[in-house]
Amino acid sequence: MITILETSALNTVQDLGRPGYRNLGVGTSGVMDALALQVGNILLGNQMDDACIELQTYPFVLRFETATTFTVTGIDAAIELDGRTILPWMIETAAAGQVLRVGPPKAGARGYICLAGGIEVPVVLGSCSTQLRGSFGGLDGRPLEAGDTLETIATALDVVGYGALPPAAVLDAVATAEDSKVIHLRAMPATDYALFTPEAQQRLWDTPWRITPQSNRVGYRLSGAPLELRHRVELRSYGVIAGIVQVPPAGEPIVQLADANTVGGYPRIATVIEADLWRLAQARIGTRIRLHECSFAEGVAAMQPVNAYLDKLRMMVAHYRSSAHSRAGMKSGAKA
Amino acid sequence: MAAAPAISMIGTRAMLFEAPGDFTMAHQRRVWALMDAAQARSDVCELIPGVTNLMLIFSAPPECPQAVAEWLCHAWNTLPERHIEGHLFEIGVHYGGTLGEDLAAVCAHSGLPAQDVISIHHGSEYTVCAIGSAPGFGYLHGLDPRIATPRKTVPSLNMQAGTVIIGGMQAGISALTGPNGWNSIGFTDLRVFDPTKQPPALFAVGDRIRFYPESIEL
Repeated sequence: MITILETSALNTVQDLGRPGYRNLGVGTSGVMDALALQVGNILLGNQMDDACIELQTYPFVLRFETATTFTVTGIDAAIELDGRTILPWMIETAAAGQVLRVGPPKAGARGYICLAGGIEVPVVLGSCSTQLRGSFGGLDGRPLEAGDTLETIATALDVVGYGALPPAAVLDAVATAEDSKVIHLRAMPATDYALFTPEAQQRLWDTPWRITPQSNRVGYRLSGAPLELRHRVELRSYGVIAGIVQVPPAGEPIVQLADANTVGGYPRIATVIEADLWRLAQARIGTRIRLHECSFAEGVAAMQPVNAYLDKLRMMVAHYRSSAHSRAGMKSGAKA
Repeated sequence: MAAAPAISMIGTRAMLFEAPGDFTMAHQRRVWALMDAAQARSDVCELIPGVTNLMLIFSAPPECPQAVAEWLCHAWNTLPERHIEGHLFEIGVHYGGTLGEDLAAVCAHSGLPAQDVISIHHGSEYTVCAIGSAPGFGYLHGLDPRIATPRKTVPSLNMQAGTVIIGGMQAGISALTGPNGWNSIGFTDLRVFDPTKQPPALFAVGDRIRFYPESIEL
């Protein structure tokens, strides 16, 4: 079990999401940065869809009530276990009673506290993810509060001291930028791209869009010179997925994300490809993003380095754990 | 020859099929037929039926999107309309009052007195065209055009779940308590979504709905 000692708004229990109910109006929810959760679960030997705590506001402090192996992924931040600095993306074991404190990120936006064995909350419609709009899933369908306790499988692994290189260090940036603060993402033109003026189409790719404070798990509202349609259109409600870039009448785009509605009605100009959604999830409010046009084939190919990174990590973890076990075995054999 | 449907990729794992032409229930029934056929495809993991459109979500990016698009077009051109013999729900409504406070706006827009707006509203039979936007929320087709009222420019911030609403040419019952831009004309105790039930949504596409006045407060 863990006890939440300190938290502010919007930190929730999430897993890889709740697919299969979009036809009933239930969005998928799930972590914003699926890559960070998968890394955490691989490092811990968990199931890929084991639930974690997604952090969006800091500091976040919890106490381990039982010895538990854990990792914090997604961000680079000041992280302390009973005052001792520990590194993100690394496996650590906490003793019962130890306190984990995650400070504001130096890099990234969303941190993931992953525990060996996962977090035990009721599975609702096939997922542990918190559905904030529907008020179900996760812990009673709401954000975590100080004093909350979460049941865990509380597994202390016998091998620790290993970790992962963060995706940002391994996966190439989408573009080499003059301004390193700009985040580059690839996007495919979508259904209504041709309905926008040629100037607006060009501006979509040329503008360093600023992520406004009206951005959250539902979607990011971007600010920049408005994108105009050739003429007004009235669309019928259609399905929405994470990554879709819609343009409301005022002309400033919205990127729909993990908590997006299942249907929408605004013109769709583009879709950020799946391979780059983790970059967007880690982009903070105020950051600028640039979209780079990509084809379907390029979008598909972009998943290859991501999958290769995860596969390599799986192998590394398996190797490390088996060699650590055989070293331990030899030692005890020598003693006997 | 009939106008061709529009098919587009939304990212690498979703494809949107849009029927050509104006909204008709005949087109919606053909979308439902398409939904049934697409459900049987092994590469499709989720379907989102919209209003005369259908989104296919694939478990992996399709090898050849063009082939899927051609399959969709062929199915669209050859499948008969799917008539769903849905459930009939008869739903009592408390018209007007504070939970139906936009009744006045609907009257103003239609130029009709409240009594007429109410009797026109419960005089029609509605069909659940699609479910979405919020868990269990049904887009109801069948609103009498005389009381169609555009969505509000300033949404209500805390509309109760169960509010009977009008948004443009569509009707509905709000599924969640929260901000809502549709016009409230009444209230029902019915809850349209319960995550602990199977299925969790009360309505399914093709279901029919009739309203009747339980009370009227003007």
